[in-house]
Amino acid sequence: MTELTLGKALGAGLRQAMRDDEKVVLLGEDIGKLGGVFRITDGLLDEFGAARVIDTPLAESGIVGTAVGLAFRGYRPVVEIQFDGFVYPAFDQIVSQVAKLHYRTQGRVKMPITIRIPWAGGIGAAEHHSESPEAYFAHTAGLRVIAVSNPEDAYRSLRQAIASDDPVVFFEPKRLYHHKGEVDLEASLADAPPMGLARVVRQGTDVTVLTYGAMVSTALQAAEAAEDEGIALEVVDLRSLSPVDYDSVAASVRKTGRVVVVHEASREAGLAPEVIASVTERCFEYLESAPVRVTGHDVPYPPAKLEKYHLPDLDRILDAVDRVLDRPHSLTGADA
Amino acid sequence: MSPQTTPIADTAQDLELSERILAPDGTRVPHARLDAFVADVDAVQLRALHRDMVILRRIDAEGVALQRQGQLGLWAPCQGQEATQIGTARALDPQDYVFPSYRETGVIYARGAQPGDYVRMWRGEEGAAYDPAALRVAPLQIIIGAQTLHAVGYALGIRHESAPEVAVTYFGDGATSQGDVNEAMIFAASYQAPVVFVCQNNHWAISEPVAVQSQYPIAGRAPGFGIPSLRVDGNDVLACLAAMRWALAHARAGKGPAYIEAVTYRMGPHTTADDPTRYRDDAELESWRRRDPIARLEAYLRASGELPDEHLAETQAAADAVAKEMRAACLGMVTRPPLAVFDGVYAEPHTGLERQRDEYAAYLASFEGEA
Repeated sequence: MTELTLGKALGAGLRQAMRDDEKVVLLGEDIGKLGGVFRITDGLLDEFGAARVIDTPLAESGIVGTAVGLAFRGYRPVVEIQFDGFVYPAFDQIVSQVAKLHYRTQGRVKMPITIRIPWAGGIGAAEHHSESPEAYFAHTAGLRVIAVSNPEDAYRSLRQAIASDDPVVFFEPKRLYHHKGEVDLEASLADAPPMGLARVVRQGTDVTVLTYGAMVSTALQAAEAAEDEGIALEVVDLRSLSPVDYDSVAASVRKTGRVVVVHEASREAGLAPEVIASVTERCFEYLESAPVRVTGHDVPYPPAKLEKYHLPDLDRILDAVDRVLDRPHSLTGADA
Repeated sequence: MSPQTTPIADTAQDLELSERILAPDGTRVPHARLDAFVADVDAVQLRALHRDMVILRRIDAEGVALQRQGQLGLWAPCQGQEATQIGTARALDPQDYVFPSYRETGVIYARGAQPGDYVRMWRGEEGAAYDPAALRVAPLQIIIGAQTLHAVGYALGIRHESAPEVAVTYFGDGATSQGDVNEAMIFAASYQAPVVFVCQNNHWAISEPVAVQSQYPIAGRAPGFGIPSLRVDGNDVLACLAAMRWALAHARAGKGPAYIEAVTYRMGPHTTADDPTRYRDDAELESWRRRDPIARLEAYLRASGELPDEHLAETQAAADAVAKEMRAACLGMVTRPPLAVFDGVYAEPHTGLERQRDEYAAYLASFEGEA
């Protein structure tokens, strides 16, 4: 085991994927000499050369559209979108081309493209640098959507995404790029759990907290705090947003009977309502109370000085926990 | 061959600014640079090009007829653009790879499309009409201009491998307004990708005339991206062949991308859902009828004594036979069973979709045994 930051783990994953398969090529803005604005691709240009680590013009649709052509030619392109809010110019190529070509051609054309997106807020960034666009992609048939929360997952699931014959939109919580964790760099992919599986990060019996990305850390903090009050939260890291691993989710919900879903993306028509609907369909008879969402507000991502009021924090999560447990909570100010 | 920068005033004058070998009346016009690219083209090859164009026109007419008879949901006619499509596509080598728009019936014909391939997508049986690997043609693209980037990416792969191949992309004048087409030209130039851009300027993007897309001849843009370009008479099959040979040789020689604007005219509607009488006048249509690409080549061949009646008869019979096969293939198509709607979304198992398939299968099974 090696201790790495999440950012370094991603870089190690890219390096290993490129060593494993010469058809893996990287495309993105500033990914060469600079090593990416977050230095994820640091050192890869030196090892693999400019033909495989391709600094591109500043045109996101161009980057993804070019990757589509490389996939036609049998390559496995890994695209870096510099920031979450910059993926929108590439949206058409992703949802109309990357997602659909396999289906349109009945599998004759494969699109093994990985689209890496430094993602979400909490770092005091400028406008368009803190977006949570995951629901757009989870809503799009033909794409897989992965959100990582720790270095080990980052290293493994990035390699799995690149090895997959399906296109994967791969969300990297930039707030966690410098968080450290143990990574088994030697582990074989064949023995690893599939990237689509959810993981119980913390066992508990009272409430299931379903979350992903940077919010996993926040949910764990909430679980620590809840323990002081004698409440045992089970924290489940979804890890995959398409498909969601509802077998694992349902197993947890059947155990606890109570559900809180947490994400920093805004609420309406997002992942949380979808997850709650699916959980309700599968586990209605096990539910002791109505599931509750803790999400960003339905506002454009706010300016940095206000983002702490937008992002779910442990208090908002604990408030939701009180609600599903039918305890006094802030929304009514009294016994529910 | 230098790009023109004269503003487009009207569609008639605009045509006179393009390069040609055969004048509209079929007269051979010497061309200092294009002639060399078609010096080998003899009467036999010219008759083959003529045959291709006649068959293509027949395929196109059959497509329109099948749509009018309710057999196709839609058809995108290419009548009038036979010389552009046949002339450029016949210049390709088998290993070259084409990224077309939805109007390139003649290009897929030249690449060996089978009768059903012309109609499968328009009938709504499959999302793509043919096997891309077999024709070395990407699926017909409906999103305007998206395919130009795919061609550049493919060409990037060719360049990495130092393969002697070229990627070719076709698009219309309307597409030149799209960001993707401009981004494609930037990427192609930046990486010196072996890609040929073929803009079929057919003068109308549904109801928008080309002047709405471009105040200067479209070929004039390419040099601004660092891409050499040619503006040819798109109704002159010889000029189209010559221009494409120039562009392919340029790309194959490692000199990077090349750009052709073929100035032609869409004689029919944008698609069968369109009514061009609402936005363009008869006089314009008639003026283009006098530039018909097939009649032009026939006039040249006839004047040269190289258009025997047997050729005309054989060509007409071949065209009728292809149309008949196309109709039979269309009417004979068997729609896949209901659960096929789930097929091929993903290359690997996706539990969310598998659950939906199972649910729908169970729902369908609940009707079994009903009278």
